[in-house]
Amino acid sequence: MADTDAFFRTEMLPPKEPPLSQRGVWKWMHENMFSSIGSGALTVLGILFVLYVLASAFPWFAHSVWHADSLRQCRDIVHKTWGPGTDGACWAVIRANWNLYLYGFYPMEQIWRPNLAFLLLLVALSPILFSRLPRKMIWFSACYPALAYWLIWGGTLWISVTIMAGFAVGALVLRFLGRIAGTALGVGGAVLGAVLWWLFVAAPVATALADIVPLHLTFVPSDKLGGFLLSFITGMCGIGFSLPMGILLSLGRRSDMPIIKTSCVLFIEFVRGVPLITLLFTASFLLAYFLPPGTTFDLVLRVIIMVTLFSAAYIAEVIRGGLAAIPRGQFEAADALGLDYWKAQRLIVMPQALKISIPGIVGVFIGLFKDTTLVIIVGLLDPLMGISNAVRANVAWNGVYWEPYIFAATIFFIFCFGMSRYSMYLEGKLKTDHR
Amino acid sequence: MSLAGEQPKRAFRLSMLVYDSRYRAYTIQVLFIAALAVLIGWLVNNAAENLARLGITPDFSFLWNRAGYDISMKLIHYTNDSTHGRAALVGLINTLFVSALGCVTATILGVVAGVLRLSKNWVIARLMTVYIEVVRNVPLLLWLLVIYAVFTSVTPSPSEFRGTHPKAEMWFWGSTAITNRYVALPSPEFFRSLGNVDLGIFKVSLDLLALIAVIVAGVLVQRALRRRATRIQEATGRRPATWWAPILCILVPVVALLMLLGFHLDDPRIRGFNFSGGILAPNSIFALWFGLSVYTATYIAEIVRAGILAVSKGQTEAAHALGLRPRRTMSLVVLPQALRVIVPPLISQFLNLTKNSTLAFAVAYPDLGATLGGITLNQSGRALECILLMMVTYLAISLLISAVMNAYNRAVRLKER
Repeated sequence: MADTDAFFRTEMLPPKEPPLSQRGVWKWMHENMFSSIGSGALTVLGILFVLYVLASAFPWFAHSVWHADSLRQCRDIVHKTWGPGTDGACWAVIRANWNLYLYGFYPMEQIWRPNLAFLLLLVALSPILFSRLPRKMIWFSACYPALAYWLIWGGTLWISVTIMAGFAVGALVLRFLGRIAGTALGVGGAVLGAVLWWLFVAAPVATALADIVPLHLTFVPSDKLGGFLLSFITGMCGIGFSLPMGILLSLGRRSDMPIIKTSCVLFIEFVRGVPLITLLFTASFLLAYFLPPGTTFDLVLRVIIMVTLFSAAYIAEVIRGGLAAIPRGQFEAADALGLDYWKAQRLIVMPQALKISIPGIVGVFIGLFKDTTLVIIVGLLDPLMGISNAVRANVAWNGVYWEPYIFAATIFFIFCFGMSRYSMYLEGKLKTDHR
Repeated sequence: MSLAGEQPKRAFRLSMLVYDSRYRAYTIQVLFIAALAVLIGWLVNNAAENLARLGITPDFSFLWNRAGYDISMKLIHYTNDSTHGRAALVGLINTLFVSALGCVTATILGVVAGVLRLSKNWVIARLMTVYIEVVRNVPLLLWLLVIYAVFTSVTPSPSEFRGTHPKAEMWFWGSTAITNRYVALPSPEFFRSLGNVDLGIFKVSLDLLALIAVIVAGVLVQRALRRRATRIQEATGRRPATWWAPILCILVPVVALLMLLGFHLDDPRIRGFNFSGGILAPNSIFALWFGLSVYTATYIAEIVRAGILAVSKGQTEAAHALGLRPRRTMSLVVLPQALRVIVPPLISQFLNLTKNSTLAFAVAYPDLGATLGGITLNQSGRALECILLMMVTYLAISLLISAVMNAYNRAVRLKER
């Protein structure tokens, strides 16, 4: 009887390795690339396509030339190094026209000014983009527009200072009058005070200060601006000014006051209904008709105004979507707490609405930045067509197509892709619900 | 005891205009209207003064003057003896034409890309991600310029098609020639044409109308047959075969009509240095069409992806539990629900595409902005009138498209109580 016991196994067999097709790389490939005949065919086609693109583009990139004075010289170098009949990229065109691409026809000896403005832009943006930085830095961000205007266009600093001082006057009036007579009168008084300051006090004060302390930079007219500098100026101004304007428009569109609501709806629907190009046409051809005879102002400024109006209408619609997504209870809770309209908007409604609309807002910003290339239609030198045409007008670089396009595309891609990634980071950071 | 309704009635005081929220709204609106009126009055006054100083009065009669320029692509009859108004009409039709083509291809491309980006196939999903991210993060203007540069620099010139042993070869059995200036396509012709009907502004081919009528009638008959099949299925549980309906109701009548009219294709032939016969479509329309489609498709792809992801997983699982196969799950359960999420943003993408077609200036496509807002504006010097007309036209197109699409949206919307 006891003999049979010897047939029993005393320990478990170790599990066998899964078959080759069910583990590691093979399993992954089986599941993700060749799960069915159709999927496998698509995979093969996709890989062949990638290989084809790489095979046709690689030699061109590998034969790149970085130092040359003309396209002809570029081609000679390629032919000498890699044999006749070969083709290669001529990045020397970017190298030779680097300043043209970045700054347009900005005076060479003044180039430190846009450079400094760009560096300061990064400093001014950082407290807005990253909440961990000291909050005091936001004051620098608030002063930055005036500083940047002075740096890029030149003239006397005191014009910028007195314009900014108008805002300070408004804030002071709001603080004191608001305490005595209530917010409503305070806001009215602040607007009135600022407008009066700009109309009657600002110019004499600026002149007087300029006489005492002449902080003066060489004036650079707008037609010298071009390339990515111009794209950046229009893009950043559009982004900076259109967000507050879009918020106001979206609030106006949801307002109970019929006249304000109708005006906002008309404005938003009109701007969204026409292409940006017609607005740019208006800026360049028509705006002069609507100003007092004899006055004219800067084309770049006119374009910035139009771009701002354009994207403000789109942002208003995005934020309206965010506002619509907030439950009614939030508005009612704000009322129950006794908050007035602006406090309720600032403390309860807008933080939630803006959080929901971040992806949409950044989408509008990306579109706006890409649309800055359209300024070519009114004769400004955008980095895509304007500068590339200027480069090609030079006999040495006549006939170069791909390199400028690839260069401009890369820069635009970096900034737009960066913006969309930042919006995803912000979304993740502000996500406080536990779904 | 005092009741809430018996509050002492206070007399109206002037300060209530600011401090009483019942009256404050009126104050704000009156002030707003006043400010707006002052601003508009100022602008109009300036405009009147400027126009008087320049000695011009707003006047649209220039639209009836001779235009005197040629347009490279025209879908209605136009010569340089035609009026500016007709040139504007040609431009408008070109705008609508390229926008319609673009909307169709962008939707197809976008749906394919959006679905494939969600595919389990790693290679395809990554490829689609790269396509979408690269294309939508670079300005449309650049894509238009690149596509146009490819079209003009890679393709042969028309003269290379000459001779018995031409350097360049025609495509599609010698019917289509892609040159660096235009694409020569075969044109449909009829031996026994029905002629045209003159609508005053433009002529409409009766052959085309007959064809459309036959197709519409065929679709209607086919739908009636399908409804009948459903009725029989509901009554008896057995569905009669309807696979032959589209062939018999649409294909056969169309072929019969074409044969009756003597349909044939007129191939373009090289004569001298250029092609003649057929349709010579300028490269600009292809560049604009492809550019708009490829660019807008990336946005549509993201919309489609979001729409499919918005359908909760439980819906798919429930459909599978009911025994529906994956394809029927997609077409009967997922897509109808996803469509409700997809359609509203899709409308705004169609609108964007139409507005983006103004980038035609980059490839010299003669759209409304190039005729009315370009040559006509420069020749007549009537900037105010031209830009006003352009804006009104685009506004009308936008409102029309959104009205049509909103009606469709209402039709597919979830019917709630």
